[in-house]
Amino acid sequence: MAVVFERPKAFLDVPTHYCPGCTHGIVHRLVAEVLGEMGIEGETIGVCPVGCSVMAYDYFGCDMIEAPHGRAPAVATGVKRTNPDKFVFTYQGDGDLAAIGTAETVHVATRGENIVVIFINNTIYGMTGGQMAPTTLPGQVTQTTPFGRDPQLAGYPVRVCEMLSTLTGTAFAQRVAVDSVPHIREAKKAIRKAFENQKEKRGFSIVEVLSTCPTNWGLSPLDAIKRLQDEMIPYYPLGVYKDITAEGGNK
Amino acid sequence: MERNLMKGNEALAEAAIRAGCKCFFGYPITPQTELAAYMAKRMNKAGGVFLQAESEIAAINMVLGAASTGVRAMTSSSSPGISLKSEGISYIAGSDLPAVIINVQRGGPGLGGIQPSQADYWQATKALGHGDFHLMVFAPASVQEMVDFVIKAFDRADKYRVPAMILADGLLGQMMEPVSFPEVNPEAVDKSSWAATGHKGEREHHIINSLYLQPDALQKSVVDRFERYEQIKANETDAELYLTEDCDILLCAFGATARVVKSAVNDARAMGIKAGLFRPRTLWPFPEKELNEAAKNAKKLLSVEMSMGQMIDDIKLAINCSKPVEFFGRTGGVIPTPAEVLAEIKKVGGAE
Amino acid sequence: MTTEILLAGFGGQGILFAGKILAYCGLMDSKELSWLPSYGPEMRGGTCNCSVCISDDPIGSPLVLTPDILIALNQPSFDKFVSTVKPGGKVFFDSSMIENECTRTDIGIFGIPSQQLADDNALKGGSNIILLGKVLKETGICSLETMQKAIEKVVPASKSHLIPNNFKAIELGMNA
Repeated sequence: MAVVFERPKAFLDVPTHYCPGCTHGIVHRLVAEVLGEMGIEGETIGVCPVGCSVMAYDYFGCDMIEAPHGRAPAVATGVKRTNPDKFVFTYQGDGDLAAIGTAETVHVATRGENIVVIFINNTIYGMTGGQMAPTTLPGQVTQTTPFGRDPQLAGYPVRVCEMLSTLTGTAFAQRVAVDSVPHIREAKKAIRKAFENQKEKRGFSIVEVLSTCPTNWGLSPLDAIKRLQDEMIPYYPLGVYKDITAEGGNK
Repeated sequence: MERNLMKGNEALAEAAIRAGCKCFFGYPITPQTELAAYMAKRMNKAGGVFLQAESEIAAINMVLGAASTGVRAMTSSSSPGISLKSEGISYIAGSDLPAVIINVQRGGPGLGGIQPSQADYWQATKALGHGDFHLMVFAPASVQEMVDFVIKAFDRADKYRVPAMILADGLLGQMMEPVSFPEVNPEAVDKSSWAATGHKGEREHHIINSLYLQPDALQKSVVDRFERYEQIKANETDAELYLTEDCDILLCAFGATARVVKSAVNDARAMGIKAGLFRPRTLWPFPEKELNEAAKNAKKLLSVEMSMGQMIDDIKLAINCSKPVEFFGRTGGVIPTPAEVLAEIKKVGGAE
Repeated sequence: MTTEILLAGFGGQGILFAGKILAYCGLMDSKELSWLPSYGPEMRGGTCNCSVCISDDPIGSPLVLTPDILIALNQPSFDKFVSTVKPGGKVFFDSSMIENECTRTDIGIFGIPSQQLADDNALKGGSNIILLGKVLKETGICSLETMQKAIEKVVPASKSHLIPNNFKAIELGMNA
């Protein structure tokens, strides 16, 4: 009997701690599929953030390091500089990457560090129970913006791909979403591209993935997908923001 | 052995390279900047990595990343910068990673000053970050000891899988003295059982981690580590005992201050006062046994520090408050003079 | 025996450089020694000083507070430190820059117009080394040969063409 579907080898067979309807699992799987298809799982070191995906080390089959909050890009730099022939990626949420770790994020990009950053943007702090993130949309209700995010008080959301694409060191920046099958396919292509860039030593690649958080948004998984489509994608347009390779069409 | 004339900061860097340090991540701060500058010149030629990080925080986390792969890694800073690194140091300790951290101390708190100080004693020995942990702390008193202790720190850090600190100060960092570099053969410690270097499909994946959500599991990890700390305490304490055999008054000082105190002890002896010096070379573990040996005939102890009195706590604890322990200190970057220390020796009753 | 030397002047007068030469003299003669600069904002044009200890025994405090030898290259340094010199000690200063109003009789005071001599002999920036020549002659801190070797060590390779000028400056100081 032909095998038509199986668990990627780099995706360990353990119970998940993620909430029902959370899209972390999808993105984990896409990264694991890419590692498997490229045959680089044994040559890869991943760095987890602090946040919901803090225990990503339990799911990925490659060697993993758990970094302090926001510092994954610095940890990854230490790994990559001393092991330039290995594949190195970080997997970070919006609070980790765009609030407490902004300096590390900007500088890892501007140094053109030859690593991959997988950035999960779900507009909220999940693990701590739903506080305002740097990417929380104007008007969005969270535990710390109970009347909706008021930009006059709490500032505006950060558009990470747009910001990082202005840096010379950034080789590749693409925003994708995991709300539909075509988008998921697109997301996987972007992740593959990012790792191929690392293989070709092109420099810094980031894939921003618009994701859901049904639990902290207070929505059903389906309604959460709908919010991603109706509210997030208009504010955070999908597409390639920077691509230094020939096939890249810059947005 | 050939004697070279080198600044303390440069000697620290050269010693690290000779000890097999493969990467240095730093951020500029007075009075340790020469160390990073030396690394920038030498490290890449020596086949290693030098990188100026965007912050002290990034630098220590780059060390965390490099150390995770089993490479000998180092960072250096001065007091305010060490405070910024404390988060990363706690993670390094909690992840059982070996690494070497240099603190060329300056006066504090806050931005403080840029002149020499020893006011980070408490920070280094008691609380360099959150949680139950220690790091080994070496206190050199000469440029030669800066070299010797860096080599030792890398060795012990690997051996026990703990971070190790060289607690120096601006005076030692800036001064030049003759120094010889011993032949170093970095012992090839096998790190293949834990390092995150890619498993090549040949073993289970390695996880470098300090997170344990189950209290029992976290307790076990901490208790296991403290068992290693007991070994360190049993094996690694080190102190210089100078004229302590018959001393009435035992002076206690570490680092640059101990040099000043030694001059004062010699002056006191010349006047017929039986003074001696206890100089810890390791601050954690604190050489309790050695102190009790040095203090056995002393009537009084006098701790001299470039702070408001921090090591004095460990001295009192080590002798179980069995004898009076007096204090003399200068802080904020002021260096005590031998004459001041001598006057203090007379004052606290060494002349009886 | 320990010789404690304090060099003081403005930043840019070669205080640390001259101190380094003395330190290397100690190294060449297999002595114990220390060299300690003042550091910080004063590196940028303010007052600058440098402590050098040369001894047969290990050096205690490297900070020179009561020098055996004071080398002063400007008036504020001379005024500030001349009172700290040990009885029996020696003071060397640039008399083209400094007015000597010191009334101490328990120390040797040697003023030579080192800046003027440097200018007259096309030895720009050589005032510090000329004073070292005078120190050498009056204290016998080391041999001329040792000091020449020290200069060869301290002058960076990229400026080795300046070594003869430094030798000439030493000679000028010795004969001043």
